[in-house]
Amino acid sequence: MSFREKAQVLDGTAIDRALTRIAHEIVEHAGGEKVALVGIKTRGESLAGRIAEKISLIEGSAPPVGALDITLYRDDLGLRAEQPVVRGTEIGFPVKGRIVVLVDDVLFTGRTIRAAMDALMDLGRPRIIRLAVLVDRGHRELPIRPDYIGKNLPTSRREAVAVMLREHDGDDRVVIQEPAD
Amino acid sequence: MSLLIKNGRMLDPAAGVDEAQDVLIGEGRIARVGKALRAPAGAQSVDATGKVLCPGFIDIHVHLREPGFEYKETVASGTRAAAAGGFTAICCMANTSPVNDNRAVTDYILAKARAEGVVRVYPIGAVTKNLEGAQLAELAELAEAGCVAFSDDGKCVMNAELYRRAMEYTLPFGTPVISHAEDCTLAHGAAMNEGLVSTELGLRGQPAAAEEVMVARDIVLAELTGAHVHIAHVSTAGSVRMLREARARGIRVTSEVTPHHLLLTEEAVRSWDANTKMAPPLRGKRDVEALREALADGTIDCVATDHAPHALAEKEDEFAEAANGIVGLETAVSLLLDGLVRPGIIDLSTLVTRLSTAPARLLNLPGGSLSPGAAADITILDLAQPFTVDPRNFRSRSRNTPFGGRTGVGAPWMTIVGGVPVWP
Amino acid sequence: MGWKRKDLLGMQDLEAAEIAEVLDTADSMREIATREIKKVPTLRGKTVVNLFFEASTRTRTSFEIAGKWLSADVINFSTSGSSAEKGESLLDTAKNIEAMSPDVVIVRHRAAGAPALLARHLRCSVVNAGDGAHEHPTQALLDLLTIRQKKGHLDGLNVAIVGDIAHSRVARSNIHGMKKAGMTVTVAGPPTLIPPACQELGVKVSHRLEEAIAHADVIMMLRLQHERMRGGLIPSIREYSRVWGLSLGRLEHCRPDVLIMHPGPVNRGVELAPEVADSQYSVILDQVANGVAVRMAVLFLLAGGKAQ
Repeated sequence: MSFREKAQVLDGTAIDRALTRIAHEIVEHAGGEKVALVGIKTRGESLAGRIAEKISLIEGSAPPVGALDITLYRDDLGLRAEQPVVRGTEIGFPVKGRIVVLVDDVLFTGRTIRAAMDALMDLGRPRIIRLAVLVDRGHRELPIRPDYIGKNLPTSRREAVAVMLREHDGDDRVVIQEPAD
Repeated sequence: MSLLIKNGRMLDPAAGVDEAQDVLIGEGRIARVGKALRAPAGAQSVDATGKVLCPGFIDIHVHLREPGFEYKETVASGTRAAAAGGFTAICCMANTSPVNDNRAVTDYILAKARAEGVVRVYPIGAVTKNLEGAQLAELAELAEAGCVAFSDDGKCVMNAELYRRAMEYTLPFGTPVISHAEDCTLAHGAAMNEGLVSTELGLRGQPAAAEEVMVARDIVLAELTGAHVHIAHVSTAGSVRMLREARARGIRVTSEVTPHHLLLTEEAVRSWDANTKMAPPLRGKRDVEALREALADGTIDCVATDHAPHALAEKEDEFAEAANGIVGLETAVSLLLDGLVRPGIIDLSTLVTRLSTAPARLLNLPGGSLSPGAAADITILDLAQPFTVDPRNFRSRSRNTPFGGRTGVGAPWMTIVGGVPVWP
Repeated sequence: MGWKRKDLLGMQDLEAAEIAEVLDTADSMREIATREIKKVPTLRGKTVVNLFFEASTRTRTSFEIAGKWLSADVINFSTSGSSAEKGESLLDTAKNIEAMSPDVVIVRHRAAGAPALLARHLRCSVVNAGDGAHEHPTQALLDLLTIRQKKGHLDGLNVAIVGDIAHSRVARSNIHGMKKAGMTVTVAGPPTLIPPACQELGVKVSHRLEEAIAHADVIMMLRLQHERMRGGLIPSIREYSRVWGLSLGRLEHCRPDVLIMHPGPVNRGVELAPEVADSQYSVILDQVANGVAVRMAVLFLLAGGKAQ
């Protein structure tokens, strides 16, 4: 299915402000305790990196950042038309006993986060898992809720939300897309 | 019973005839040949417009498997397969169980043929007892019982001294010795031809030398003894070269080639289909070209199918373990008409010679001619008949062919033995 | 992108892009071996059958671990001897296994072409774990992964494969894979152990060890089997190891960053001197570790993305 752009909802500046606010919220919520950020590949990883940088401006030091690939934990393997690509998980610090904030670009059905939590638990037992997302577009299929939200974006099911980041797509913007038929 | 075959094109290369002729058959023999013949009262009539009448085809290399391996084939099913393939006579090899190395087995085969066969059957006796290559079989008795040639086919008589004595001993009978030329030490354990394909597939191959070493030996022994030696299933360019040279020097060596060696190369083995596994194995492109040339120019005397039925389980197996050989009676004529005659590689008259006149002459068998007085063994061809090889329709008990699904044009149309249509 | 094949029967069938996909996937899965809980749920509920007609503890164990780390149910079915000896044909054995609904059957057999025969008749995926002298694709894939890991790339490298090439499925699979990856391959051994028409595979052929390994980035030594003596192919193991064995002395003339590889098990003192097998040039243990990652990748690509 192919999509075309319907409207831009966030530009680069708006994204940056949202990430700054999220960084402050994470720090405040942690109440002095150390946190670790784990971004869900691929764009969640970039966002986690940016949030970590902002935290280091606030606190003086950056939290550890890891990247999680959830392909091996998906619940829809075998239902997709195309084979998903395995990208590999890199978390270079122990998760046991830590506050881990999962970071993703768009929260939709919640299945990706479910898989991410399973993947994280297989690496160790975090003390607390929290969730930061740039965009929450609704339509949850599992009982999952984010702790930190960049923007709430009500959408219809047939629409799509695309987060573009300069590291991957050349520019920073968030757009709503509709089916191109 | 009288039978009149009208309006056909009569092709009798031995008599130099290729023209429209009617043929009247009476009491199992050809009574009259001429134009616009009238059928006598009570005679049956066949309209052969557009068809070609040939002297009945003879396949001198067939494994009938009876006695001993009736699950693969019997005299009854094998002769029906022959008839469906356009053959009016076949010679059956001795590697049955028990081996045809004594006249009791020969008598058994001939009795079965009389009772249940639909085409003529001529047994070939073993050279050595039980095909063990150690002691001569009772060759004189076998000849007396009706064996038309001797062969340990399936195996090679490795002992040259013994083979020499066999040739000498049988000289007075006028029966040729048919050689399965394959040095078993060079061929040991091989599943296919040795070359790039065998290297890529990781299968052990046998070099062309495995055959050529024995062809050379057999030619030398033929020269030494003056015997008529016939090389079975020639498969290499080197063998062809040696045959050509030997015949030019007047040595009494003859040979045959199978349809599959004229149509397939070792590339077919890449499919891992064990219906591409036989002895001798499928060889290379240059070998196929040399064989075709030799068949056309008469260096190779005749075509023989080496019809080798095997049960499905014996072929659907690990390639290296699968049984050697494929069936051929029901596909030979169609495949050769379509694969060699239609593209002009060999002309029809030459093919007919190689399928009837030559085999008859080589083994002193009746047949190979459509002249009045001759036995009415006739193969009628339809050169325009499209065909699709469907093993499920075979009369043979076995289905082991690599040609399943192959289509073409040109097929047998009717087979008549002793004046009686035995197929369709 | 997206693996489309039902089976993995050999390197000769694969395209360069498919080989890269297996290697990239294996790379990503490597870290599972470093976890405390070595498990991901990807193949949960899938059944993998190891159908080994030829004894092999190492390859079978490698596949077993790979399957188990992916949460598959792994069944080992070992039987030796030919169909004739057992009295049950290859096809019958396999159909009996298939009746138990496996998702993947991994086959090792001493007859070339056996996995191809099975793949034609079985609905499930078939992986060739070694068929006679024909192919051993997962071995070549783990060899390529190891080289790529150590050297950072594959194309342009010089590889020398030394030993009994004629009877080696490892050699054949590696030759196909390496050529597709843009590597230059030289095979070396006594003429009786080099298969017919070998040059036509696109490799250089050498009958002198020193010449073959002089400029090699990778030297792959093959195991010599003792039957070769009885077949009249070499006069003695002693002479073979003197002429063709890799010793530290011989290594002195090689590149300082050369990799020494061996598919295992090593005949210490025959094709490899013990000091060489244990030296810093040897990546034999990396090969083994990568074997599990590659086999996880293969199982994932064949069974992970498919509905039954």
